[in-house]
Amino acid sequence: MPALLSPPPAASARHFLSVQQLNRREAETLLARAQAFHRDAAPSANAPLRGRTIVSLFFENSTRTQASFEIAAKRMGAEFITMQPRASSVQKGETLLDTAATLNSMRADALILRHAASGAANLLARKLSCSVVNAGDGQHEHPTQALLDALTLVEAFGRLDGLDIAICGDILHSRVARSNVGLLSLFGARVRLVAPPTLLPAAVERWGAPVFTDMRQGISGCDVVMMLRLQTERMQGAYLPSPREFFRFYGLDAEKLRAAKPGAKVMHPGPMNRGVEIDSAIADDPAISLIEMQVEMGVAARMAVLESLIGGAP
Amino acid sequence: MTTHPLLIRQARIIDPDSDYDAMGDVLVEGEVIAAIGPNLPAPVGADIVEANGLALIPGLIDLRVSVGEPGAEHRETLGSAGRSAVAGGVTTIALTPDTTPVIDQAALIHHLTTQGKARSPARILAVGALTKGLNGEELAEIGLMAEAGAAFFSQAQAPILRASVVKRCLDYARGFDALVSLRPQDASLAAGGVMAHGELAGRLGLKGVPALAEWIGLDRDLTLAAAGNSRFLVDQVSSAGSLPRLAAAKRANPLIAASVSINHLLLNCLDIGDYRTFAKLDPPLREESDRLALIDAVESGLIDIVVSAHDPRPPEEKRVPFDEAAFGSIGVETLLSGLLALVAEEALSLRAALAAVTCNPAKLLRAPFGRIAIGAPADLALVDLTAPIVVDLEHLRSRSRNCALDGRRLQGRVAATFVAGRKVFDRH
Repeated sequence: MPALLSPPPAASARHFLSVQQLNRREAETLLARAQAFHRDAAPSANAPLRGRTIVSLFFENSTRTQASFEIAAKRMGAEFITMQPRASSVQKGETLLDTAATLNSMRADALILRHAASGAANLLARKLSCSVVNAGDGQHEHPTQALLDALTLVEAFGRLDGLDIAICGDILHSRVARSNVGLLSLFGARVRLVAPPTLLPAAVERWGAPVFTDMRQGISGCDVVMMLRLQTERMQGAYLPSPREFFRFYGLDAEKLRAAKPGAKVMHPGPMNRGVEIDSAIADDPAISLIEMQVEMGVAARMAVLESLIGGAP
Repeated sequence: MTTHPLLIRQARIIDPDSDYDAMGDVLVEGEVIAAIGPNLPAPVGADIVEANGLALIPGLIDLRVSVGEPGAEHRETLGSAGRSAVAGGVTTIALTPDTTPVIDQAALIHHLTTQGKARSPARILAVGALTKGLNGEELAEIGLMAEAGAAFFSQAQAPILRASVVKRCLDYARGFDALVSLRPQDASLAAGGVMAHGELAGRLGLKGVPALAEWIGLDRDLTLAAAGNSRFLVDQVSSAGSLPRLAAAKRANPLIAASVSINHLLLNCLDIGDYRTFAKLDPPLREESDRLALIDAVESGLIDIVVSAHDPRPPEEKRVPFDEAAFGSIGVETLLSGLLALVAEEALSLRAALAAVTCNPAKLLRAPFGRIAIGAPADLALVDLTAPIVVDLEHLRSRSRNCALDGRRLQGRVAATFVAGRKVFDRH
């Protein structure tokens, strides 16, 4: 088992695993670079990642996130290789670390990983000699989503400091919520959490964000309402009685949105369950919804992350 | 072949059972202790061991050791488990029945005890499965296994979902005066959990096992054990909230006892840190306040015994994402050093620490070993009580490397170990 006995990666390999690893200065630098990439939509003339190889390995499907990373990598001149876990030897009982050993021998510069297990990116980061970017690990974190959400907000409002942001829905199972609570708070936003008690994590009151089980109270006076995706398998009785009961009490519609600040904006990390956590009339209203803009900001945010990790000379 | 008498000279003899603690000599003839006292004369032809002031304690009894034999010998064999044990001063290990096949019939008990005698330097006790194949439904052949020498009966980690089955197991075992041990845990509340329910689990995005899963399981089992006047061992208490329940049940039925693992006395849930799977244990590591309460309960005797919960796992079961990793840590070799570290930091008295791994488990089993007394089996460990050590998993003798205590500073080093008067381990 050479993979298990190999020495730890060189200390120089840097990773993007969790927003918890960032201090405010680092987060502001990343956000500023993302803004710069967004405004200068044309690929940077000197292609800072030319000669770099980036591998993406998605154990859970997400066409959108994977495409966003691919565009980001290619705009900066990197080679981008998509490994298909379904078709590869992972199906033959190969462990995640065997896969890691293969990746090490391919001498990639960065790995973009999505995996259903919390901590999968941390595990690989300990064993790989290349940089690891966490593109979502189980119910733990999705830090590039948080960065693109921060970029979206700063483009829409011109600031993050002092914004009141309510994150609503399935907080318990949401990696997006965990990353956003950390990152948006770091930028000085005031985050609140809204969910039925069965969808709140243990000791959530210690996250530093007020917790509400009543949606109207929770979004009252907010600048932003961020809805989370509700997984279908949670809706059928184990955590919630039914989709319609959830929509009645926690789904965002025009009537509930009136509790927020006039002119409040709505976000959703996608893909949406229309009519479950969000009403189409809200999601599709360009005056209210930032959802399309979030998708657009994904590329710039991921460019900033890749640049910060492997943007130096090869 | 005749065995020579053995004289261990100038030792600090510590016997927690009689609360004896004095410098002196111990004479062993055959398999038993023949004399204890200062300046014993050496019989003709005796082997002499100069203790030079090291402590001589009863060999430890570890009532919860998992090996991979039969069925998964790459995890641990009887031989490797026995060698790990005696290197840590442990002279008796009781093996959990969750092997392949499950130890649920007399022939398998007999097989393990004979193989153990042949291949393990430590005494091997076989624990019988309480239900067939550990299925939690049908009674295993408890009587026949007891007759074949099963030390007690347990479900290892497997739950019994129905109270009616627990009651029948306890009632039936009582007919054979057999000791029954169960993990207190409500399976539905614990389902899918991989660490203690709490702030860290929430932040790491891992499913937690709430302490109340243990309380509800404990309430059921203790109610049944108290009502049935059963010989009952609560397997591995992990939560402070379990302790008042235990105290009340012990008042109602003095035959109830409880264990805790050394890991739960030395570690808390923060040791999981950045998804460290070596600290993924079942029951899970809990809060620091739980750890401190469990130590106090060992000191007061409310918790009777400390076990290693030795559970060897190969890399392919541990070097995987936390959710997918196996539970468990090796620990039989470091059990004594872990306890002595707690003694060194004055969290535990030496007497309580040693009683929990010597005379207390011996009394529970109604076994003659576990004490330094004339006529008792000469199961002994010669120990430097104050030597500082750093746990280094590369130097442990287990076949597996999953050690939750790797890198920890503990205390105490075993110089030599004797089982039935025979030296089975010598560090030099």
